[in-house]
Amino acid sequence: MADKLLMIALSPTMEKGTIHTWHVKEGDAFSTGDILCDVETDKTTMEYESPEDAILLKILVNEGGQASVGDPIAIFGEEGEDISPLLDEIKKEKSSKPDTNREEKEKEPASEKKTDPDIEEESPESQKTTQPEATTRIKASPLARKIAEERGLNLSQIRGSGPQNRIVKRDVENYKPQEKSAITHAPSSENSDQRIPLSEKRQIIAKRLSESKYSAPHFYLRVQVDMTRLMEARKRYHETHPDAKTSLNAWLIKLSSEALKKHPEVNSGWDTDALIRFGNVHIGLAVAQEDGLITPVVKSVEYKKIAQVDHELQGLIEKAKNNKLSPEEYTGATFTISNLGAWGIEEFTAIINPPGSAILALGAIEKKPVVINDEIIIRPMMSMTLSCDHRVIDGATGADFMKTLKAYIDDPALALT
Amino acid sequence: MAVITYREALRQALEEEMHRDKNVILLGEEVAQYNGAYKVSKGLLDEFGEERVIDTPITEEGFTGVAIGAAMAGMRPVVEWMTFNFSIQAMDQVFNNAAKMLYMSGGQFNIPIVFRGPNGPAEYLASQHSQALASIYAHFPGLKVVAPATPYDAKGLLKSAIRDDNPVVFMEAELIYAWEGDVPEEEYLIEIGKADLKKEGDDVSIITFGKPLQIVTEAADVLEKKGIHADILDLRSLRPLDEEAILKTVKKTNRAVIVDESWPVAGMASHIGWIISHKAFDFLDAPVELVTSEDVPMPYNHTLELAAQPSVDKIVQAVQKVMYIREA
Repeated sequence: MADKLLMIALSPTMEKGTIHTWHVKEGDAFSTGDILCDVETDKTTMEYESPEDAILLKILVNEGGQASVGDPIAIFGEEGEDISPLLDEIKKEKSSKPDTNREEKEKEPASEKKTDPDIEEESPESQKTTQPEATTRIKASPLARKIAEERGLNLSQIRGSGPQNRIVKRDVENYKPQEKSAITHAPSSENSDQRIPLSEKRQIIAKRLSESKYSAPHFYLRVQVDMTRLMEARKRYHETHPDAKTSLNAWLIKLSSEALKKHPEVNSGWDTDALIRFGNVHIGLAVAQEDGLITPVVKSVEYKKIAQVDHELQGLIEKAKNNKLSPEEYTGATFTISNLGAWGIEEFTAIINPPGSAILALGAIEKKPVVINDEIIIRPMMSMTLSCDHRVIDGATGADFMKTLKAYIDDPALALT
Repeated sequence: MAVITYREALRQALEEEMHRDKNVILLGEEVAQYNGAYKVSKGLLDEFGEERVIDTPITEEGFTGVAIGAAMAGMRPVVEWMTFNFSIQAMDQVFNNAAKMLYMSGGQFNIPIVFRGPNGPAEYLASQHSQALASIYAHFPGLKVVAPATPYDAKGLLKSAIRDDNPVVFMEAELIYAWEGDVPEEEYLIEIGKADLKKEGDDVSIITFGKPLQIVTEAADVLEKKGIHADILDLRSLRPLDEEAILKTVKKTNRAVIVDESWPVAGMASHIGWIISHKAFDFLDAPVELVTSEDVPMPYNHTLELAAQPSVDKIVQAVQKVMYIREA
């Protein structure tokens, strides 16, 4: 039975994908798990694995072509099958879909305007309910949706094995976040004039950060912390463990997780009709890339030692720099840290990274005169600014958290209490 | 525990209840002197006499109406229809009098009556005599409807039906009368409105009632060989319907195939499918599948006659569909 191969969401935020390379030709047979094509998503280039054994009968979106999630990109089936009914169906779907892409829209004479599906009068026979509302609708059985919700899985990352790629129980139960190898590719050709086309990544960064900034009422809490003892602790650790080399970020991530454990209300999220108190502390670290930024996430920091946090962090940063992070590795941060110290930035405020409700912006460590016991002493000081979503975190709550975190950094031994 | 036929189980139920209550009478075509068209009433005329075992003319509407009147007057009649295909003649009496009398008399007249006989297709009987009418009887409020598929269920349910103060439509099947099964020697009753899990399995729920239980059981054996373990829920009663049992099995297996030898439109199967989708929506991993007769009058040609009805193969296919298994 011939069927449509649909563009699937290869990242949680993906709405469109560009076919980078087809690995199978029309007429080629493929098996479940074979890589059919590489798809450039908003974040990275992902491999599209085959959901079943079949023959590729027709490619609908060629290399370089773009398709929205849910749109057909090819037809597969058995050898010699007649695919004309499917092609007609696709054509019909295409023509009945409200065309949102204005640039591609042919200019129509005013007299023919009434054929525009957006303003077409509804005939009694028209079965509006059968039209998919949006191409991004994910097909999943009610049970699969329920299990995914219970396990906190994102359906868009799960490949469906049912009819029309419906996600069913077994798909959710067998789903394992896998590391995807990705092909790095040269940035798109540069224009000689000053108009730079937006990459999907840039568009998504713009969209998500705007959404965060506009929907979450941000407020900011700033403190200066004395880094003397933390830096000493780290130094002593390196002296006693000559092979180990831990980054300061790993220490700050770990201390943040200890403070979050004490203040779970900061390790929370907003969900329109409820607050989500996250069960684990997953901390993301903003990492700059050539063409944007990404936040690899160290999962369940509360159960990990600093050395392990650092080891994972280095691996994630390496992948991030090479565009090789899988969606599981850059989503789901319940708290985020952004450190611009390396750039010599004294202090700054960051935009919250959903689903978390707070982001900690760290500035450069600089020697500064501070007053201790009425004496002016030079100490390595760092500025920390916490951006909070006021829907979730009140001023005093955020302040309590910052007080705890400051105390831990001032004296890391306190984190053990 | 004795192994007896389905027809003998019915006969025992009639005999025991006629002994227990002198108001229980049996009437219908050929029930007395001929011992019943399917020999269900064998020996009852000799045992209880012609006042209680009554041969009637070929007048379904007439003798059904007479029996309803007798029930209003305090008797507990059991009406045997030679086949439910002939009961179509008597539907006005059943639907408009028996089903509604208690309601329309403001609770003054109970109708303690049982309408029984073979329902559904048998073989070589053509369109007019091969009809499964369960959903039509189940459609009317005021009637209880049962369709037992084993000798044990038949005896226990017929005794309960005779003792019930409401009209009970009791559906048998021509091809079922010779089926054998264990029936205890001692007296027992089966509550109307209780389904029975005939087989346990975790993978899929197959829900059925009446004669198709046999092909469902065969299909379950075929599925076992493929490593698929089915729950088989025999509804036994259609009104009242054991929704609790239906939901319990579906919530366990997350998939349902309903096998009903009636037609697909507005049938029991589609009603049960709606109940499942309405009350167990979040437990479903696949759309509910129905295996029913084809939506055509029953063909006389035997090959077509078999093709028009549910079969072991159709049930296996439906199960594989709800389990998302594609046959190689």
